[in-house]
Amino acid sequence: MTQTRHEPTGQAAMKMHQLITADGTRVHDELLDPFVQDVDRDALISLYRDMVVVRRIDVEATALQRQGQLALWPPMLGQEASQVGSVHAMDQDDFIFPTYRENGVAYLRGAKFPGIMGTWRGNMNTGWDPYQLNMATPQIIIGSQTLHATGYAMGIAMEGRETLAIAYLGDGATSQGDVHESMVFAASFQAPVIFFCQNNHWAISEPVGLQSAVPIAGRAQGYGIPGLQVDGNDVLAVLAAVRWAARRARTGGGPSFIEAVTYRMGPHTTADDPTRYRGVTELEEWAAKDPLSRLRTHLANAGMLDDAAQAGIEAEADAVAAELRDACINMPDPEPMTVFDDIYAEDHSVLDREREQYRRYLASFEGQLGAGQQVQGSAS
Amino acid sequence: MSSLSLTQAINAGLRQAMEDDPKVVLMGEDIGTLGGVFRVTDGLMKDFGSHRVIDTPLAESAIIGTAVGLAYRGFRPVCEIQFDGFIYPGFDQIVSQVAKLHARTHGKVRMPLTIRVPFGGGIGSPEHHSESPEAYFVHTSGLRVISPSNPQDAYTMLRQAIASDDPVLYFEPKRRYHAKGDVELNAPLSAAPPMGAALVAEPGTDVTLVAYGPLVRTALDAASAARADGISIEVIDLRSLSPVDYAPIMESVRRTGRLVVTHEAGKTLGMGAEIAATITERCFNYLESAPVRVTGFDIPYPPSKLEKHHLPDLDRMLDGVDRALGRPNSQTGMED
Repeated sequence: MTQTRHEPTGQAAMKMHQLITADGTRVHDELLDPFVQDVDRDALISLYRDMVVVRRIDVEATALQRQGQLALWPPMLGQEASQVGSVHAMDQDDFIFPTYRENGVAYLRGAKFPGIMGTWRGNMNTGWDPYQLNMATPQIIIGSQTLHATGYAMGIAMEGRETLAIAYLGDGATSQGDVHESMVFAASFQAPVIFFCQNNHWAISEPVGLQSAVPIAGRAQGYGIPGLQVDGNDVLAVLAAVRWAARRARTGGGPSFIEAVTYRMGPHTTADDPTRYRGVTELEEWAAKDPLSRLRTHLANAGMLDDAAQAGIEAEADAVAAELRDACINMPDPEPMTVFDDIYAEDHSVLDREREQYRRYLASFEGQLGAGQQVQGSAS
Repeated sequence: MSSLSLTQAINAGLRQAMEDDPKVVLMGEDIGTLGGVFRVTDGLMKDFGSHRVIDTPLAESAIIGTAVGLAYRGFRPVCEIQFDGFIYPGFDQIVSQVAKLHARTHGKVRMPLTIRVPFGGGIGSPEHHSESPEAYFVHTSGLRVISPSNPQDAYTMLRQAIASDDPVLYFEPKRRYHAKGDVELNAPLSAAPPMGAALVAEPGTDVTLVAYGPLVRTALDAASAARADGISIEVIDLRSLSPVDYAPIMESVRRTGRLVVTHEAGKTLGMGAEIAATITERCFNYLESAPVRVTGFDIPYPPSKLEKHHLPDLDRMLDGVDRALGRPNSQTGMED
């Protein structure tokens, strides 16, 4: 058995597309530049504000978990540029199939906090109507959603519509058979789907080098799908890359695969202890590539962001966090009988009987039924 | 009224469903140009086009998983799994996604998938081609599981499955594929028995014999043979495995006092175990003897030269009926 590799080593590194360097310098990229020509000061500020807000949401939710208000939270710290840049590239008609970590994407799509936090507090499986947001439920099973996005995109193609589906996935998901099958189907049927892989370098404790011997974006060409590697901490580059893929999808170009190279600064979830599997120097290396600080530097250097504007954005983020906290801690526990709701679209006689028996059982504690009635009612 | 084989009845059901609703699409391996390895989809690609009869790559998880995406988009996919033993690569998508999305989304997203599975033995095939995996899916809430036993039910129950807003596993008794029967093609669905209804296939007074899919024919033959010995067997065609329609079974057992359940799948935690336990709970005071299961063995499906020993046949069913009646039988003298 060979030693676990950290970075993919089986093939020369791919070109990583970038528009703003870690020190805030705007650089040029032949492929991506045309896709961000319309991005003016206001648009850049909007991207920055959303990253600040999304980070604030993440910090607040992590704190709520530590305070016992959430059962679990999957931090997105460090991945703000990937989430914000990608969702800004979408039209509202485009359908998003997320993982469990796209809570920033959900917020920016319009999900409300009781809905977002209810999942992690244990009150509900999902807290939004997928058809109101055009965003599927958080997917826990790794890679499963790539097939759903592909199928949805096959449907778009059948209808001849100029919209698309996007599947979010992590680097670990690329080891799953479903991801392989989704790319086979996407290529075979030229489905207008974007595979947006956030390579955050760790699948819980397993480094990306264990998942792939080659750069992840390099895998796509084996399916006949263009693969693009982009700096996932560069929000402008992510925006441009997803717009590139979206234009392909909308114009009949079929599927695309984007690897956003980023880094998960926190644990996999709050149940996890990353100090057991990764070193401090790695964190320091990635902290220097922080997505927020690089855009803030870029904006400040260009005279587009002063201290007052910065303070205003932070105050806005604090207000969002306060709203989140309030929605979370004031969320009522769900009613017991709702465990039977919506299992089927139509009546199911066996479940109906179980529901009625449990209703009578609960009622027996409230004195609404005598013990004899309850036994009689559930004995046949 | 037409005389159709079971495959022709399914084909007619698919055709009618596709004509009725342009959102019905078929997906599966070899279902297009070839018409399926059993020719169930014969001619449908020619008439409806390759966008509605989709020959897929060989990937069961993707067949189901992309159908989930199509259902999200408002389509009503009908997936064909080529053989029963090939459904396991698609198992996760069925039990983790198809079954749960309606509940997960609090009823907002419907999964009107129909998953067709040719199942069961008796056709002399190699391994992985003769399995009875129905209990896995019956055990998963959110799914409906049905199995027709004759061409008429095959036609109407398939159309009901496709029209249902719930996901349906539709288990086709492949060894009955060529059995013919009269099919009323033009009767409205509303006039047919509900998809979930168990039906009395033959009335009787001494023993209730519950069967489904491929063994209903065998059970009816057993009833005929028993009649010559003066034993009256009431045969119930279960039709729906999830949910089980217990009312007609209870009504029958309350008259006969005796229950035999038969299926090809292994005994442990199979449909027979579930029905025997439920009837014991709900009809204990009416039972004259312990419920009896006549099933396949708890073994991997055997080589085809041995399958006749594994599959319940007419004589094994009658032996089970004798046990229920307290008559001498092969197990007489066994302590348990």
